[in-house]
Parts: sequence; structure tokens; C-alpha cells
Amino acid sequence: MDWIAGLLIPFVKALVLVVLLLTGFAYLSYVERKLVARFHVRYGPNRAGPFGLLQPIADGLKMLFKEEIIPRHADKLFYLMAPAIVVVPALLVWAVIPISNFSFRIFGYEITFYLTDLNIGLLYALAVAELGTYGIILGGWSSNNKYALLGALRTSSQMLSYSLPMGTALLSILAVVGSLSLVDIVNAQRGLWFIFLQPLGFLIYFITGLAETNRSPFDLPETENELVAGFVTEYGGIKFALFYMGEYISMMTTSALATTLFLGGWWGPFVDELPILGIFYFVLKMSAVVFLIIWVRASLPRVRFDQLMGFCWKFLLPLGLFNVMVTATVVALWG
Amino acid sequence: MAIEQALQIFVFVILTLMTLGGGLAVVTSRNLFHAALSLILSLAGVVGYYVLLDAGFLAIVQLLIYIGAISILILFSIMLTRGLMTPRQVQRNEQWWIAALVVFLTFVVLIVALWQMVWPIADDEALRTPNVAISQLGEALVGPYAIPFEIISVLLLVALVGAIVLARETENNQGSHAEAGSSE
Amino acid sequence: MAIPLSWWLTVAAALFAIGLYGVLSRRNAIGVLLGIELMLNAANINLVAFWRFITPQALTGQVFAIFVIGIAAAEAAAGLAIIISAYRRRRTVVVDELDTMRW
Repeated sequence: MDWIAGLLIPFVKALVLVVLLLTGFAYLSYVERKLVARFHVRYGPNRAGPFGLLQPIADGLKMLFKEEIIPRHADKLFYLMAPAIVVVPALLVWAVIPISNFSFRIFGYEITFYLTDLNIGLLYALAVAELGTYGIILGGWSSNNKYALLGALRTSSQMLSYSLPMGTALLSILAVVGSLSLVDIVNAQRGLWFIFLQPLGFLIYFITGLAETNRSPFDLPETENELVAGFVTEYGGIKFALFYMGEYISMMTTSALATTLFLGGWWGPFVDELPILGIFYFVLKMSAVVFLIIWVRASLPRVRFDQLMGFCWKFLLPLGLFNVMVTATVVALWG
Repeated sequence: MAIEQALQIFVFVILTLMTLGGGLAVVTSRNLFHAALSLILSLAGVVGYYVLLDAGFLAIVQLLIYIGAISILILFSIMLTRGLMTPRQVQRNEQWWIAALVVFLTFVVLIVALWQMVWPIADDEALRTPNVAISQLGEALVGPYAIPFEIISVLLLVALVGAIVLARETENNQGSHAEAGSSE
Repeated sequence: MAIPLSWWLTVAAALFAIGLYGVLSRRNAIGVLLGIELMLNAANINLVAFWRFITPQALTGQVFAIFVIGIAAAEAAAGLAIIISAYRRRRTVVVDELDTMRW
């Protein structure tokens, strides 16, 4: 086994990816605050540095220097583990997301812009993303607080329910491509993006993506008027920041998966001639989806919990199954 | 090659510690919530086993269904059926020492039997190239195994309906989150 | 494969024994269910190990492991529903105290 190709290169790639994502998280919070402020006809953060660009650093420092408080009756081990469990799965999904088909050679080793091309990549992404639920359940349970527990119960049942319609959206993609590898899925979209073949699938994926990442209008865990702050009630300082980091990184993960599955990944004009453009297209499309998510947050009010569950089980799931049925029939007859 | 084998054995030992250690914590922990969390550790070890055994698809299925759904269901029902932070109570019944004896004897019988048995292990060529095509697995499920597959679907449907009927609140209304737990 | 078949079978047997102990010695019904999950997993390790070492070309072992996981899901759903229902009626999930059928 060649240890450079087998260990060193994946390690460096993973390190670069994690650093990029963590920086991305900091500036995503800045961009969101700016954008939402603009939607509200406000200025948003504008004091720290030019245009408030140093705001994330100021926020981070403030969070770091907060007093470390652990509730006396909390289950200490799991109380401390929970924020990390939220962040890690969101990062792990990036192992299979192909950013570009561009590759270059360094000292005879080929460097590609994805960590691995797993033959079950799609299922891997679905399964690993679901693990974030554990961070929320553990956080809510170990704080030993009724609001936190209720928030955690709500969030986890919401995430579990919405992963079913999301599965149907992914299933219709699978029926069209016939492969679970994300690289194959992007390659199949060279001519036509799947958002045009599967508009319903994209809609379902986008809605369930909002619910999976607890974004507005599905941010039930944080309904201040009934649950204080949900599962983060007992968290403060850097641990609180970690929960937010988890939310923003899974927002980026959802956007990146939407780009890969429905928006053609790295494909765009002139990619054949200049493959490095693919990275630019990928980031552009991902940013567009992130913008859409923030736009939805600024526009829609929060739904009620029973509406949320009813919408999932009585509307989205049948719709998703119908979509799979139609897709499968079309593929079987004319595929 | 030798490095790769050593690495495999190293991973196997770690996974075994996870699986069996987690399993022991499941049956001995006095706090039921901790027992359920140890079950998750144990199941995660089994995921690793499947990866080592070249059954990647099964590893993901285990992750998705066992860890992602069944364990969360169990955690939910623990939260719904007992005082939350009253973990310390006796969890063993009075026959535990008979149970330990029976289990030990079972284990000894199993070990003796399986170490004496000569297994008809496949030849080297087949061992090196296991059949890992997911599409063939899918075709097997709807081809030769279509009838068991359909029976499993019916069983799951029956379990789903039965679970809803059993857990639904009828006469007294005791809070709404019991529904959420049973809707999986 | 660096790890011989008998190691896998030994681990599976140990996990099965641990699960069996849990089933026999737990007072709480959910604890019993946890033990059953361990036993099912031990069976699955065996199925996959036999597939890998004895019939790596046929997919029977993997297919049956999938069936076992499906059955485990059904069993957990129905079992937990029964436990929650019993808790609602009797306010206990200790199996020794659920004795209305005893005469």
C-alpha cells in the first residue's frame, strides 16, 4: 500500500475541506445577518471592520470568553458531547460530495476535487446526515430541563419524519441514473440538469432539506414563545456556538447535495474546455441555494407543530411516493 | 501486504472492543438511557464489521435503519415511560445469577462447537473477489427472494398499523408527544 | 482477509451470549428489548461472515441479513408500542409487575 496516496493525500484534502467549511460557517452567519437585514430594510452588522466584515471574528471571540456553565444536574459527559455530535456528521457528508471533475498532478500523484467516489455515496449521505439527530436528542436530554427535552423530542421527530420524503426524492434520482455514486449522478446531468427532469423531486428535496436543518419556516425547536430556546436552552458560550456551527454547516451540506443531485454539480458553459471552471460553477450554484434558504427565512412565518407533522405525513410523503411511481414507470417504459 | 493485514487486525480489535464493550454496558448499566446509548456504540461497531467484511451496502443499511431509526425509537420510548433523571434503581431481577450461568454454558457450547467444526471455506480466488454488486443484490431481492421480500413488506405494514393502534391514546388525553414516538 | 472465519464467529457468539443475558436478567421491558437487538445483531454478523467466507459469489447471506434488519424494525415498532400502551394502563414497564394474566 502506498501510504502517500492512501493516507497523506486524503488527510490533507480533509483538512483543507474542514478549514474551508469552518471559515464558510463564520462568513455564512455574516452573510445571513446582512441579507436578512436588507430584507428588513436595516443595515445589519456594520461596526467591526469595513462593512462589518470582522463581525464573525468578534462574535467568535465573545463566545470564547463567555463563562463556562454546566447545569448541576446535567449528565456531564453527554452534555459536553452533544454539540460535537451535531457538527461532525454535517462535516462527514462532504467526504462523498464531488466538487469538480478537475484534477491535477503533483509529484506523479493525481489530486481530484473529491475525497472519495463511494459506490453507495447517495445512501451514505442520507444515513450520515441523519446522525446529527443524536446531538440534538442528547443535548436536550442531558440538560435535564423540560423545555430542552420537549425541544429535543420535537426536533428529532421532525428530522426523522422528514427524512422519509427526502428518501423518496433521492429514490427518483436513483431510478433515473441507475447508480448510487454521486460522481455518476453528476456525470449523468451533463446535458440536462435533473431539476428539469425532476422538478417535483427538487421541490420535495428543498422543503425536506429546510426541515432537516431546522431552518425557518420549520425552526420549531427554537420557538421562543413556547419552548424558551428548545434544546439549546441550557447551553452557553462556545457550546452554544457549536450548535449554530452544526446548523450552518448542515445548511451548506444540504445546498451542496442539492447542487450535486439537481443542479448539475460542476457542469456549466465552457467546462469541457476549462475544467477548473467547474469549481466556480459548483460554488456559484451552492451559494444560490443558500441564498434561497435565507430568502425563505426572511419571508415565511413559522408553522405550528401539528401542521408540520401533518404536512410531512399527509402531503409530502404521498407526493414523493407518487413522484417515484411516475418516474419508475417512465424509466421502465422508455428508459 | 503485511501492513495492510496488521491494520485490519488492529481495526478488528478496536471494533470488537466497541461492540462487546458496548454490549456489556447494555446489559449491566443501571441507567436505562445509558444502556440504550451503549447499544448505539455496539451497533456502530457492527457497522465497522460489515465494512471490514466488504458488505458496504449492509453497513449503510445498518447505519440508516438500526442507528438512525430503531435506536432513536428506543430512546424515545425510554423518555416517554419513566421519570427522566431518576436513573438509579435496581435493573436486575432475582434470577440474574441463574441467567449468567445458563449464558456462560451456552457460550462455552457455542465456542467448542464452532472451533471443532471444519468450515467449507471457499477457495482463494473466490475469497479475493467477493460479489459486492449492489444492482445484483437488488435483483436478488425481486428475483429469487421475491416472496420473502413481499412477506417482509407485509410484516412491516402490519407492524406499522399495529403500533399506531396500540400506542394511540383513546380515552384519556395525556399529552401529544406519545404520537410522535410511535409514528416511526 | 487477515481475520479468519472463526474469529468472527467467536465475536458473534459472545455478542449473542451478552444479549441473552440481558434478555434473561433485565427487569425493565425496554431492557429486554435491548438484549434482543444485540442477539439479532450477533445473528447478522454470522450471516455476513458466512457469506464472505463460504459463498462469496452468491448473495444469500447479505439478503438474509437485510431481512433480519427488516424484522428487527418491525419488532422494535410493535414491541415499543406494546410497552408504551402497557405503561399507560399500569404505570410500569417492569415485566414482573405486568401480571394480570397470572392466576
